[in-house]
This record gives sequence, structure tokens and C-alpha cells, in this order.
Amino acid sequence: MYDIAKYEEAGSVQEAIELLLVNPNAMLISGGSDVLIKLHEGKIHDAQLISIHGIAELKGIFLKEDGTIVIGSGASFSQVSKHPIVQQYIPVLGEAVDMVGGPQIRNIGSIGGNICNGVTSADSASTLFAFNAKLEIQGPDGVRYIPIADFYKGPGKVDLRHEEILTTILIAPEDYQGYSGHYIKYAMRNAMDIATLGCVVLCNVEGGKKIKDFRLALGVAAPIPMRCKGTEEQVKGRIFTEALLEEVGKMAIEEVNPRTSWRASKEFRIQLIQELSKRAFRQAFINAGGEL
Amino acid sequence: MQSVGKNFPRIDGFAKVCGKAKYVDDFFEKDMLYAKIYRSTIANGWVKKIDISKAKAMPGVEAVITFEDVPKHMFPTAGHPYSKDPEHQDVADRNLLTQRVRLYGDEIAAVIAVDELTAEKALRLIEVEYEEYLPILTVEDSLKEEAIEIHEGTKNIIKTTDFSLGELEEAFAESDYIFEDEFITSMVQHCAMENHSAYSYIDENGKIVVVSSTQIPHICRRIIGQALGIPWGRARVIKPYIGGGFGSKQDIVVEPLVAFMTTVVHGKPVKLEFTREETFIASRVRHAFKFKFKTGVNKEGKIIARELTAISNNGAYASHGHSIASNCLTKFRHLYDQKAIRGEATTVYTNLPTAGAMRGYGIPQITFGLESHMEDIARELKLDPIEFRLKNSNQEGYIDPLSGICARSNGLAECVATGKDLIGWDRKKTNKSKDTGAKRRGLGMACFCYKTGTYPFGLELAGARIVLNQDGSIQLQVGATEIGQGSDTVFAQMAAETIGISIEMVSVVSSQDTDITPFDTGSYASRQTYVSGMAVKKAAEEIRMKVLNYAWGMTDIPASALTIIDGWIAYIHNGERVLSLADVALDSYYDTVFAAPITADVTNNARTNALAYGCTFVEIEVDMPTAKVEVLEIYNVHDAGRLINPKLAHAQVHGGVSMALGYALYEQMLFDCKTGRPLNSNLLDYKLMTTLDTPEIGTAFIETYEPTAPYGNKALGEPPAISPAPAIRNAIYDATGVKIYEVPMNPQRLFEKFKETGLL
Amino acid sequence: MLVKKITFKVNGKEVTIEVDIRESLLDVLRNKFHLTGVKKGCSVGECGACTVLIDNMAFDTCIYLAVWADGKEIRTIEGEAKDGKLSKVQQAFLDETAVQCGFCTPGFVMSTTEMLESGKNFSREQIKKELSGHMCRCTGYHNIMLAAEKALGREDKQAVQID
Ligand code: FES
Ligand code: FES
Repeated sequence: MYDIAKYEEAGSVQEAIELLLVNPNAMLISGGSDVLIKLHEGKIHDAQLISIHGIAELKGIFLKEDGTIVIGSGASFSQVSKHPIVQQYIPVLGEAVDMVGGPQIRNIGSIGGNICNGVTSADSASTLFAFNAKLEIQGPDGVRYIPIADFYKGPGKVDLRHEEILTTILIAPEDYQGYSGHYIKYAMRNAMDIATLGCVVLCNVEGGKKIKDFRLALGVAAPIPMRCKGTEEQVKGRIFTEALLEEVGKMAIEEVNPRTSWRASKEFRIQLIQELSKRAFRQAFINAGGEL
Repeated sequence: MQSVGKNFPRIDGFAKVCGKAKYVDDFFEKDMLYAKIYRSTIANGWVKKIDISKAKAMPGVEAVITFEDVPKHMFPTAGHPYSKDPEHQDVADRNLLTQRVRLYGDEIAAVIAVDELTAEKALRLIEVEYEEYLPILTVEDSLKEEAIEIHEGTKNIIKTTDFSLGELEEAFAESDYIFEDEFITSMVQHCAMENHSAYSYIDENGKIVVVSSTQIPHICRRIIGQALGIPWGRARVIKPYIGGGFGSKQDIVVEPLVAFMTTVVHGKPVKLEFTREETFIASRVRHAFKFKFKTGVNKEGKIIARELTAISNNGAYASHGHSIASNCLTKFRHLYDQKAIRGEATTVYTNLPTAGAMRGYGIPQITFGLESHMEDIARELKLDPIEFRLKNSNQEGYIDPLSGICARSNGLAECVATGKDLIGWDRKKTNKSKDTGAKRRGLGMACFCYKTGTYPFGLELAGARIVLNQDGSIQLQVGATEIGQGSDTVFAQMAAETIGISIEMVSVVSSQDTDITPFDTGSYASRQTYVSGMAVKKAAEEIRMKVLNYAWGMTDIPASALTIIDGWIAYIHNGERVLSLADVALDSYYDTVFAAPITADVTNNARTNALAYGCTFVEIEVDMPTAKVEVLEIYNVHDAGRLINPKLAHAQVHGGVSMALGYALYEQMLFDCKTGRPLNSNLLDYKLMTTLDTPEIGTAFIETYEPTAPYGNKALGEPPAISPAPAIRNAIYDATGVKIYEVPMNPQRLFEKFKETGLL
Repeated sequence: MLVKKITFKVNGKEVTIEVDIRESLLDVLRNKFHLTGVKKGCSVGECGACTVLIDNMAFDTCIYLAVWADGKEIRTIEGEAKDGKLSKVQQAFLDETAVQCGFCTPGFVMSTTEMLESGKNFSREQIKKELSGHMCRCTGYHNIMLAAEKALGREDKQAVQID
């Protein structure tokens, strides 16, 4: 039994917001794979939960008329990875969230929860950073939009007020059309693990050689997920060569700020950043139709 | 009909695939109460003050007990037979609850409540003040002159022992080369999928009944008796199916406390179930060791002298005490030959979780060092590492002068030849060019030798009881416990074989109940097929003889002319059937004059031991820039004597190898070095391999015949977990030229090594 | 107090009960229905021992609030054998000696059943991936993989065991 003091079910986002408004101590539960574990660990007790688990409007994945991809924050990882829209237009996101935990966790954990945790190792986050994803947040005063990069404030801290709910994740057409990518999750084991380092590269390739656009995003390379903007600028417009690959590895490590923890040392993570950004770049380049 | 040597499906398989097999937590007692332990949040110190009043006042709380409420005498916990010689008794160094805190998570108080959540919430209301000392986490710190004694009067040393054979100094002087190396092994946990759990109540006759997930019900009964200070017979232990043990349940962890707690609540049932986090730190772990090897070799590649110094980090309580380090000394002698040899081992207390038995009892640790050291010597001398090992290995007929253990069968050389073949050693070695790229492949191997049971160090008692039922079927009861390894199935095969009936006619009572089941010290030391198997054989032979004698009475055909074949009494000379076993059975129950049901109740006191051998061959690939090792191929080849059930035997090897792969590459318990707080005591942060991390595991056997065994068989439960780690280490050396001296060989460690050696 | 009435199907039978909102589905299945084949190895979604099928998808019941089961169809290991006859998956686990202590077995059987009923073809790697949310300490997964492959009709591609 979990140490839950109060439990309310919201039937809609509006209702959830209202419930949040009247109870400053309430917290949201969506998939549960985060909240319930914290309860088990004793990190939270006497929890007052508002469940948004059953809200259908949060689970949709669809394409807007203007080509924007919309992913409901309540969509589970397996719903995301198995969805035809994801598979067709942004397969790399599907691949990334398909590396979260194991199958049962992916059936319950939600992509919105993954983001709202604010942890740097979230498998979905670095990929969404690369896609310049925008977040739709609903609150008592209406809806606001925020780029995902601004949403992360620090480890475990996100720009979400108590009475607000992350409702959807949006990816604009100009951010995915023409792009292919590759995500590498480096962890101690191949399932049921959190990333020691997550690395994603998105490429837009012209004529098999020229890199029209290049994006490199990393998880666990800093306290929050990050983009290597400096490196990206240097790569845009260049012709793919092995030398460029090496350069990317070297440039990337200049931009990062990983930490030493009992899981891995800073030096080792830097080594991984250098190596994996090269590997992800090569594969993303190939996926984008590049010729080696 | 022959049963031994056949691939019978597990007799408990049906129940298990249906989810019908019942484990401790699957029993429901009316009005069960739930207990939770208050654990210390420091690693070393004293409880100065404790206030339980708020917890006691909480609705739903039945009782709160602290160290002040429990018996003052100390008790031991190791799953060893009792010794009448006080010198050889296990170290009694703990109370049910403690005021002296010896590890992070030590057990200070406990709450008994109507449900688990209430108990947990009550724990939060307990207030404790500590006097805190610096935690002692390493053996070096523990052995410092000024170190605080974790157990008074011990100087933090549980025991030091040594042995010496031959003139060591002379032998070293005679050696042409001398090699010295040091190795370190890490602390790991068994991670049986079922956590430690037990519940207890006082029955209508005043007995304290404990239902527990234990490998050693009879020993458990005695230790509950000792801990509570009650006559041992007043405790009754019942062991249902258990979800794995691997040695952590060869120790008494939850049972005495839960038995005590039921007495506090007037015999109401109380359950104490560890969470996974508790199982990690409060049950048992495998010892971290430090080994120093010194070896003298002559120009011909013969080992002349060997020396070992071992220090074992035993954690906060003695548990199995010095036995595991001492087992390292014994096994140090068995595999290889020399002129003179010396060993010394010390077991030390620290403020870490208590180390106890774990699959291999010290031998995975020492073999990691020994077989890595052997590899390095061979390579240094430009000798073929395999030939170097075989040239120096002990042969059939070898007798350990100190224990008297004799190798009456030894299939090591054949195992090695088979392993070499399976992996394509020679072909791959010839084709190998020196890798310099990002991915480098390497081959490695390692050998092992392992005892079967504990004789002559421990008493080896095993009981078996057989009853011939009215229809000619039999019921077999053993004191040895099925813990997943398949012992019930092979016992059924043994009984069927020896009596001369089909296995369908045998039913094994799987559960042990100390009030009903014959005495047996339990499941450990790879002893069951050998020691308990002999008890089964003796009981089956007795049944067989009694049946034939009874048939003699019925038919007037001398028993000496008869045998039992497939459930029929038949003539030996031509197999002609005389009458069915079912007829004899029915008569034995209902003949108005001669009725006397046929039973046998046998105890085997084994006074022999047998050495099992084997090796691992492995090919790996190292991804240099990411410092990751992938196992491409691995083969474990075993001489376990004759196999009773080949399919189950292979399955044992799969599991053991997998555990050893984890030991080699993934697993390690970590602690905050300032506070002693566990960092990864859960299954997310402690890296058990998943399906996606596990390579194909190749297994093969060389079947020798062990004459001292009931059916030619030798140890198999633990041996598979021994040699993979050094084999992988040697393969990494082969691939990269880098020698690793510590497990696990995980990416962080490899990265540091590659940096240090300029490979990155 | 904190109770909610829910209706769901368990192993084909519709039931309506009051659950404590603090209970996990694991608690309810084990303690109220005595479906003890649903095992608890960690309580936090790491071991997979508590796996059941909810609307034919595998979930860890330890981190699934019981109230969420309202309106769902739940299958546990206890419902898999029909009329004393093992399901194809159970039989394969038995035949391939994929069972040792048996504590992890129900979970593995349920996930394999989900795969089988999906009607899809799975490569060996995919099977491994689908089973990667279950931990087994006894078998090294070797025979479990053989059993899953057999149940999913991939015997032909089974690894050869050297005797
Ligand atoms: S008990 Fe649910 S995953 Fe371990
Ligand atoms: S059979 Fe024991 S955990 Fe899998």
C-alpha cells in the first residue's frame, strides 16, 4: 500500500487545474512510474494525488494541418514509439523512448512525466531538444507555449507552476521535415537502465554530401539536457568528411559540463560525449541520405 | 527402467508455470500483523537515546520493541551444523536488535502493526539520538591500531589462519622466476528474485512456528532456539517453495526476530518481509577480498613455490565468520602442484553489510586472482597459458595432505580440450592479427576445481525417508531443500532408479517442516546430489530389500533371486515377472497376519568428498572508445561426474555462468565513502544483466565417474559461477594488452585503465 | 474512507469490489483475489515478477494503482491453463527447463503470451527486447529464450546445445 492521503481523479485538464488550484499540496500522477516509486522510497509521504491517468485528451498523437506534430503529454512511451506518425516523421524520437526502462515501464510511463521530472538523463528530452520541441502548458489563465530548452531550469526543476499542466508537445514542420537522426543511449546495460550519456544528432543533408543543418543534443552532459549550439554552427553548410567527424567530437566536449557521480566520472562522460557524438553524427548522416 | 541420466522434466515445473507453487508470501493467516524494522541512518556508533512513545501511540500499532526489549545474549547466524566443540562454533556476535550500530541500516527497533503501511508510518515517529563514529569501510582502516573496535575485544579481526607445506623459502630460492600480483574483488549480492521473508505464530501447542524462505530449515530451528533462549524443539520451521537463495538464505536473517515478535504479541501471526532495498544491505553479501600471490617457477615452466595472502572484508557481523577465507586457503592448494606452498588469510570486521555464503563460498574470488595470475606468468614466460596450467595441475589420485580430500576422478584435461575445440581456440589464435582499431577481440580461459560438500570441515548429515504407499507408489521426504536447483527432481530419479520403479510412482514432499521432515543440514556447498543423494540411495535400497524380502514371504522365492524392474518383482536371471510391486504394497498394509507397511528412514553421514573440475573459454570484443566489453562466445565445460539429469545440469550452468558474467562485468555494491550509506541498493542501480545483456551461454560436460558418490556424480550447483570472471579478464588482456586486477571490469574501470596505459 | 468501487474482469470473470485507493493492483490481486502467481520482487517496476496483462498488454502491477483497473480486463498466470491443460507458452517453459526457482516464471509467461497473441513475428533480438523488463537470477535467460522462441514458433532457429 502506498502512503497516499488523498486521491482525486480528474476527468479533464480543466478539472485537474481546478483541483490543483484548491489544493496547494496536491501533486499530479499520470503514469505513476515516477510518483509511486518516490512514495515507495519514502521520498514523499501522505501524498495528495490528482490523477490525470485517465484523461483521454492528453493521450492523442496527431498531425495538425500545418504539419505540426502534436504529442499528448499523457501518451505512454510505447504509444509514442508505436505511433505511425512518429514512425513516419520523427522515428528517432520513437527509437529514443523505446530505450526507456523495459517494455512494461514503457507501457505505463508517460512522455510528459519524463519531461516534467526535469532530469538530464530522460531519454525523450535530448531528442525533443534536437527537434526544438515546444511545450503547451495549460493553467488557470489559459494556455502558454514554451520552447523545451527554456522549460528546464535546473536539475529536477522545470518551468511549471503548481496549478499548471503540461498538455502537449509540439514539433513544427520546419524542425523535422528533411531531417533524419540517430539517438545513442549509453548505459551500463541494454535495458532497465538510465543513460550514462544520451546523444542525438539530427541532420539535413543536401546532395548526399552537404550538411544543410546539423543539431546535436545531449543528456547527462550537463545538469540539464542541452544542445551544442557552437558545434552546430561550425558544422552547418559543410561537406561531410571523416575529419569533420573528428572535429565534432572535439568541439562538443568544449561545450559540455558533465559531473562526477558514483555512476560515472566526469572524464569518462567527456570521453563518451566525444565518441558518441561522432557515432551519432555518422549514423544520422547516413539516415539522412548522406554518402560516406 | 533407468531414471538416472535421463532428462526428466522438473517435477515442480507444472506447479511453477501455473503460478500455483506457494512461496512464503503466498500464505494468508487470519489477522496477520506486519513488522517493519527501524534501521540506523549512521554506519558506526551508539544509540544514545530512543523515543518510541509517538510510534506506540499511533492507531494500528500493536507493539514497538527496541534493543532494550530483546534477550541480552548473543547468537550466531551461519548456516553451519552445530559444533559440540566450543572452539569450532560459529561466532555469536549479535542480538535481535542492537544499541551498538555497526552498519548503515543496522537494526535498532521494530514496529508491529496491522498493516505494512501503518508500520512504516510508525517508524517515522521513532526518534533516535546517536553518538557517531567515523565509519570504517575498508580493511586497511579497520586494522589500524587506533581503529574503533566494531565488536569489543576483537581488534576487528574475526580470525587469522595459515598453513604451510614444504620448505617455502628454499623453494623460492630454487625458482628461476618469481611473480607477484595483487587482486581485488568487489562486494556483490545474491539478488534471489524472492526477498527474505518469514512469518511466525504460536500454535495451539505453544510451539513457535516460523514459515520462512530458507535454505536450511533445521539449522534455522536451532538458531531461533539459541536466539530466543528457548528449547530448540519449541521452534518449528516450515520451508515452502523458495524463490532462489544462492547462499543468502543459508544464513538466518529474519527468522529469530520474527519469532521473537510473535511472542511479544501473544502468538498472533507476524510477518517480516524485507523490501528489495533491505535484502541488499540487511541480508548477506559476497565478501570483497584482497589477494596477494607470489609464485616461483623454474625454467621448464614448473611451479616450485606458491604463496597467498588473503584479507576478507566481512562487514558488520561474523555470519559465516572465517570459513569463507579459510575455504580460499584450502582451494588454493587443490588445482595446482608445487614443492612448497603457504597461505594465510584474515577476516576483518568493517561497517558494511555482512558478508556470508554466496555461490562458490570464496572460490569465485580466489579463482579470479589465481587464474589471472597464472595467465600473467605464462605470458611473461612466453609459455602457452593452457599448457602451463595443465603441466602444473594436480592429477587423479592427488590427495590434499591437510584435509585428506582425494581426487578420485579428474576430467580437467578433457574439459580443457573440449573448451578449446568449442571456441575454435587454435584456429582463432593462428588467424589473429594484432588489433589496433576501435574494436579489439580477445580469447581467454580459466580453470577451477571445487569440493563437493564440506567434509571434513563440516559435519555432512542428510536424511531421507521413503514410504511405500498402498498402491506401490512411494513418497520421498528429504531434509535437503529444493531452492530452484532441481534437487527434488533428481532425488525422485534416484529413488526410482534404485528401487526399480518409474519416476511417476515417486512423489517428493517438497516442503520441509522440522517437526516432520528428516534432519538434513540444508542446501549449500553443492552437496545435495552427493550427500543427500546418498541418503536417498540408502533409503531406496532399504525399501528395495524390504520389498524383495516381503515378496519372498509371499511367494517363497528367495529375495536373492529377485529384483524389481519397472514396478514388478521379477527374476534376476531372466527378468520374468513374478508379481507387481502394487501387490506387495497392498499386502504389506492389509495382510491379516504379516501386514507391516514398508518404510525406510535413513541418515547418511558422509565422510568423503569429491573434487569437481572445469573451465571457461571465452571470446570477447572490447569497444575501446566506449570502454565496453561484449562477450561474443562463452563456453563452460564441467566435470561434475555422472549427470543425473543432463537438462537440469545444463540449466545450472547457464545460471551460474550468468551470475559470474555479472560478477565479471556489471555488479558491485557501492557505498558513500563518508557515511557508509548504500548508493545502489535496488535493482535499477545494481546492474543485474537483462536478456539484452546476456550472451548465448555454451555448456558442455565431460562425464567422469566418481566412485564415492551415490551415482558417480559430483558438485555442480556452485562451480559454474567460478571461472568466467578470470577467463574474461584474460580475454581483455589478450585483446588490449591491459591487465585488470579488479572486478567488476565495468566501463568506468576499463576507461581509467585505458587512459592510464595510453590506449585512450 | 479512501475506497472506491471498481469493476473489472479478472481471468475472464467480471468482478466489482471496493479497493483502497492506496493499493496497487499487485496488492489487490494477491491479497483480495489470492492470485499469488503475481509475484513481488521489488515493488518499483524493476524486476517484472508482478507482470500481468491489462487489456492484453504487459504491465508491472506493483506500480499500477488498483483504481486504474476500473473497466479493464486483467489476465494473470492463474488463468492461462485451461481445463488442466497448459497454454502453449506454459508448456514451452516446462519443456525447455526454463523454470528453476519459478519466482520469475509467471511474469515471463505473461509477456511471452502477449507476444504470441500479437500475431507478429519476432526476431531473436526482438524477443530479448520484449523480455528485457523481467529479471531472472536462476536461468541466465538461456532456456527462457529457448522457451519463448519455441512458443513463438521459432524452434528451427534455436541455439544448439552441446552435450
Ligand atoms: S515487483 Fe513489480 S516489477 Fe518488481
Ligand atoms: S527461475 Fe528463479 S528467478 Fe527465474
